[in-house]
Amino acid sequence: MTITVKFFARLREELGKSEVKLETEKPLTVAQIWALVCDDAPLPTPILMAVNLEYVDQNYLVQEGDEVAFFPPVTGG
Amino acid sequence: MKVEIISNEFKPWEELQAYETGLMDQHSIGAVATFVGTMRDNNEGDTVESLFLEYYPGMTEKYLYSISETALQRWDILDTLIIHRVGQIQPGDKIVLVAAWAKHRAPAFDACRFLIDDLKSRAPFWKKETLSEGVRWVSSSTLG
Repeated sequence: MTITVKFFARLREELGKSEVKLETEKPLTVAQIWALVCDDAPLPTPILMAVNLEYVDQNYLVQEGDEVAFFPPVTGG
Repeated sequence: MKVEIISNEFKPWEELQAYETGLMDQHSIGAVATFVGTMRDNNEGDTVESLFLEYYPGMTEKYLYSISETALQRWDILDTLIIHRVGQIQPGDKIVLVAAWAKHRAPAFDACRFLIDDLKSRAPFWKKETLSEGVRWVSSSTLG
């Protein structure tokens, strides 16, 4: 199954990528997706995560076609 | 209810007036509480020359609609408006406008405060400052 993974702001710059497509055989949690895309690097803290444009936690199970996003604490307003 | 992400300079007071003029039942409005945020030319003791505001197209709008819905359910208010600037921003430019209309002032104040506080702590926006020495990401929101 194909999953889209996006990164924003400081995280996007540090990783040097804004979006990757991931192919997996089985459903994965958000934390497992991070490990796959970032060569088993530990999940940084603090970090925020979203699936299909809604906040989730790292144990959320990602499904076929989902869009996963990782980003730092927000600073708008 | 209106949410808008805007990449050009905007005039909050004109936007406020235009939106209020378009409201259905103007004569039941007794109060409007507003918050307008402006870019400062300094932060954490440093002079800031300009700011870049990044967002998450799709999620940011969705998030702002969801907190507007929450405000409309939680308080006795009539309508809400949120406009947020993105992209390249200069000191003095307006960054955000939040407004809540109600029959009475208490729910208008409370809903407006909730919207700007929640926006600042949870809505996906990120500020990157340009200083004379270089650039840096702002690491956390200022206290209310």
